[in-house]
Amino acid sequence: MSTTFDQVATIIAETCDIPRDTITPESHAIDDLGIDSLDFLDIAFAIDKAFGIKLPLEKWTQEVNDGKATTEQYFVLKNLSARIDELVAAKGA
Amino acid sequence: MHLEYFHLIDRIVDLNVGERTITVEAHVPTESTIFEGHFPGYPLMPGVLLIEAMAQTSGWLAIALMKFERMAFLAAVKEAKMRAFVTPGNTLKIDASIVHEGSGFTITEAKIRLDGKLACNATLTLGHMAFPHPDLRSHMEAMAARIGFPQQAIAHD
Repeated sequence: MSTTFDQVATIIAETCDIPRDTITPESHAIDDLGIDSLDFLDIAFAIDKAFGIKLPLEKWTQEVNDGKATTEQYFVLKNLSARIDELVAAKGA
Repeated sequence: MHLEYFHLIDRIVDLNVGERTITVEAHVPTESTIFEGHFPGYPLMPGVLLIEAMAQTSGWLAIALMKFERMAFLAAVKEAKMRAFVTPGNTLKIDASIVHEGSGFTITEAKIRLDGKLACNATLTLGHMAFPHPDLRSHMEAMAARIGFPQQAIAHD
């Protein structure tokens, strides 16, 4: 069974045409992979669909803009994967 | 349609918030300066305006789902196909349905039918945000009244 990170990396590779082997758990979606906000909507759609969740992008963006969180907390892929796992767990609770 | 003002939707025929679908009607004007250039002797409704008509239809659906508290803006167009010529005087029926409601964005599938036959279709992404200016909200409310936006459709959960 593939990990959440593996699924996310595959989604990003396929959605943004980024070589899969360049995507690591430490990759920052924006700073390292160069994914912009519009492309991230496609990724969010694919993640929402694959995991049956709704990534709270607006809430995350607001927290970053307000200085209450860093982009690393949400957009470094190992952290994004952890957030997805939390959302999946919360859905099943 | 008032092409010069980008008013592409004439009437909301059906808006079903529960089913997340909308159907609107749009009458292509018989005369417009646009047709003088597109094209001389062979006037056609430009494809970009047909996409805009699908986007506006999708936008009204998104606004309804957001209970008129936020504005929708076209962000992406995918798989747009212009399958038939649309000409002055045509009456279009435009349908849109929700593919996905994400955080801050909505994806729709929209179709334009001409005499019951599929003329155009596209998958559209709309970003949304709080109305950025009160004038825009006032304008949208006036537009809603003009095209028969059913306020009762969003009056309850």
